[in-house]
Amino acid sequence: MKPLLELRHIRIELPTRRGTLLAVDDVSFTIGEGEVLGVVGESGAGKSITAAAIIGLLEPPLRLAGGEILLDGARIDNLPPDAFRRIRGKQIGAIFQDPLTSLNPLYTIGRQLVETIRTHLPLGDKAATARAVELLQEVGIPGAAERFNAYPHQFSGGMRQRVVIALALAANPRLIVADEPTTALDVSTQAQIIALLKRLCRDHGTAVMLVTHDMGVIAETADRVAVMYAGRVAEIGPVRQVVKHPQHPYTVGLMGSIPSIGDTLERLPQIDGAMPRLGSIPPGCAFNPRCPKVMERCRVDRPDLLKAHATEAACWLHASISPGEAARG
Amino acid sequence: MAVDVRAGVVRRAWDTDLAYSFRNSPVAVISAIVTLVLILGSLFAPWVAPHNPFDLSTISLIDAFDPPQWIEGGSPDFPLGTDEQGRDVLSAILFGGRISLGVGLFSTIFAVVLGVTAGLIAGWRGGVIDAFIMRVADVQLSFPAILVALLIDGIVRSTLPHDEQDQIAMLVLVGSIGLSGWVQFARLVRGSTLVERNKEYVQAARVIGVHPIRIVVTHVLPNVLTPVLVVATIYFAFAIITEATLSFLGVGVPPTEPSLGTLIRVGNGYLFSGEWWITVFPAVTLAALVLSVNLLGDWVRDALNPRLQ
Amino acid sequence: MADAVLRLNDVRRLFDVSAPWLARILSGTGPRMLKAVDGVTFEIARGETFALVGESGCGKSTVARLVVGLYEPSSGSIEIDGTDIASLKTRKAQAPVRRRVQMVFQDPYASLNPRWRVKDIIAEPIRTHGLIRGEAAIRARVDELLRQVSLTPADGDKYPHAFSGGQRQRISIARALASEPEFLVLDEPTSALDVSVQAQILNLMKDLQRRLGLTYLFISHNLAVIYHVSDKVGVMYLGRLVEVAAKADLFARPQHPYTRLLLDTVPDLAMTGRERVAVRGEVPNPIDPPSGCAFHPRCPFANERCKTERPSLLAAGGNMVACHAVQEGRLPPWGGAA
Repeated sequence: MKPLLELRHIRIELPTRRGTLLAVDDVSFTIGEGEVLGVVGESGAGKSITAAAIIGLLEPPLRLAGGEILLDGARIDNLPPDAFRRIRGKQIGAIFQDPLTSLNPLYTIGRQLVETIRTHLPLGDKAATARAVELLQEVGIPGAAERFNAYPHQFSGGMRQRVVIALALAANPRLIVADEPTTALDVSTQAQIIALLKRLCRDHGTAVMLVTHDMGVIAETADRVAVMYAGRVAEIGPVRQVVKHPQHPYTVGLMGSIPSIGDTLERLPQIDGAMPRLGSIPPGCAFNPRCPKVMERCRVDRPDLLKAHATEAACWLHASISPGEAARG
Repeated sequence: MAVDVRAGVVRRAWDTDLAYSFRNSPVAVISAIVTLVLILGSLFAPWVAPHNPFDLSTISLIDAFDPPQWIEGGSPDFPLGTDEQGRDVLSAILFGGRISLGVGLFSTIFAVVLGVTAGLIAGWRGGVIDAFIMRVADVQLSFPAILVALLIDGIVRSTLPHDEQDQIAMLVLVGSIGLSGWVQFARLVRGSTLVERNKEYVQAARVIGVHPIRIVVTHVLPNVLTPVLVVATIYFAFAIITEATLSFLGVGVPPTEPSLGTLIRVGNGYLFSGEWWITVFPAVTLAALVLSVNLLGDWVRDALNPRLQ
Repeated sequence: MADAVLRLNDVRRLFDVSAPWLARILSGTGPRMLKAVDGVTFEIARGETFALVGESGCGKSTVARLVVGLYEPSSGSIEIDGTDIASLKTRKAQAPVRRRVQMVFQDPYASLNPRWRVKDIIAEPIRTHGLIRGEAAIRARVDELLRQVSLTPADGDKYPHAFSGGQRQRISIARALASEPEFLVLDEPTSALDVSVQAQILNLMKDLQRRLGLTYLFISHNLAVIYHVSDKVGVMYLGRLVEVAAKADLFARPQHPYTRLLLDTVPDLAMTGRERVAVRGEVPNPIDPPSGCAFHPRCPFANERCKTERPSLLAAGGNMVACHAVQEGRLPPWGGAA
């Protein structure tokens, strides 16, 4: 199956006066048609920056310094800004953490929806309005027709995020990039938004790149999951495998440190230390100073993704399992 | 050992983001150099200036109205020419700059102290006190600052006997310029204080049981000072201009101790009789000083603004 | 309970959210009061961890601020070690009691003064209360506190910006401990942190509790975290406690429909493939809460009585529950979420 979105060796630099830092270093993954890929990691792991690069909204001075982004097999990372803007919205929708930043406070939500629809679809005013109301109904806004002329501030946080989802879906995109879509919401609202996103994408066959720090959201929503650490993918695989049988020591530690209802642990298993800052990523495997299974090789050689049971993990532990695979990548 | 420590401090200062941004801004460097030259020249005027314009024994009416030295009739003794009393214009500028800078500096300090205190009290206490302070500020803001300064200056003059006026002219000037400028600092600090007082580090100090006055002085004050520094730089330039304006209008410092504004006023009378240098050089100096201080202020504002970095 | 470190008796806290006076006169509207905390009663026994859980606007953070004295209660009383705080009139009289109750805040980036060195931040309570005299002795105590939270004495000379979120939270904890408190209010201490760092901080809190015999009031919206740390749990909704129970009882047999709803929203990390029960609605605006039981518009079991009559917190199956349906036995038994 041809992937819908493909990232090849993406490299994102942050130039500073003390030299150029690598915010994202050689990240490759694919998202299939209609697939939900969860991207999880701690703050500073590079997950949001990767998402921003895909929708062409990298904030300067961050810059895409290498690699290719392909949508349907065609490169989009080297398109001129105008052409890219057409793709964003039409082919790729975006949902951000704070719904207020995605909505213009001065326009009614109806107007914003109609505008987005008409920019990307060949519809007249009437047809666009009808589609906008339909979308609002679909995302579960009660009394959609009456609230069509309401302003963003007249909605609650959860309702606003529903409007943002309607906006992202307006042009029937094939991919939605959602960056922490539920982080700003209350837990009971969060569950509703996740369920809605899941249902809509299933119905429309829309693929989703779901960026979050919340493993619970990933476990409930994603088909596959990529775990990022210090600007690289540490592990990627089917969500069930990664959650239940993680292969990278970092993923193991991460999963273990999440408290869960019903456990009888007095202390949570913890990974000591913290993720290195951009300027001080150690040589070899970035996780080596915190890794309980560190070997000599980890301090010098940087592992690429290696086949590890049902997932792929960037860890030398798995080089011994399948020596033939080690040369790959 | 001590030298090592000092070298370390210098290296660290050189290495900060602020120093880096300074080195990479030609405007900032040039205006800093201009400001520094003028400040140092004025500060060390008794040693730097070729003559002492206030020493009556050294000035002679014979030298009056000498043009600058590069013009026919000029003398290398008086590089920028002389005025109607035979005083060296360059020396007068350097000594006058002292007074301009001094009045500017002290009135800025006065305005900052007054404004920051009022702003801290208004922002921290809120309620009636806040409303009162800010309404007073609003009323004052509805008058032009120069008018307020003139008014205060006038009131003080009318209440004091004439012979004491010259002695305290500087104090009156500093007081009136400072009083006319506290409002912008008060508003600025009140706004920042309202933000800071709700931050968790201030709440933490309250939970610890730190006395409110101590909280304001040790926690809130240091965190609201950055924008004050920016506005103070620009206000410093404004204060110099205001002093020059007042002196130009004749209500500032007495002609016996001329500031740049007084020099411009005095020289202004000779502008059309051909002795242009008497007023033009002080005016150019004033413009250069104010412009470079303003440019420095702009740079400080941008350099300290995290969103522009 | 004889040895209650903290006792809240019917505490209310109102906030004036009226429009400015002139605007109110012009538009003819009256003053508007937000009932952030509306009659909350509970007590915490020495050495135990009492957790308050709820969504935004439920008043749990206001309770935290009432307990540490950042707010005064509008009515009701707060007792610390049996002393009613309101009976101590001056700041000076309150100081020895207040010192024993300290707080750790949610945002590790806002809770440390950026212009102070870490050693001065931690020493502030010591200097304020004059607990130790002499700079050398204070520094030794600061070093000890730094080590207690797994930082090094050298960290004391740095400024907060040199530290990560988790390390800053450790500094916050060290500052709270510097007062030699017996009771800590922890207001969402880990919700701004990444999960692996959250585990470190939760472990540290538990270690310190055991070592120093501390009592905790732990505020969080994360039920899994609460399950991990607490002994007793209070569930808040729109300024009121709707259920109070021992941890085991609350998670095994939640009674109040809102507690059940919260438990239903916990993400399914075990990947059992359970379908979630659809949750209805969102938390209403606390300025204008619904009549009767504030939860009734979202409650699947609400009837006429729930819309008009406010339920009080009564014993039900070992828990304390404020729900008419529970008292009337109208509620089906809990089927279990996870």
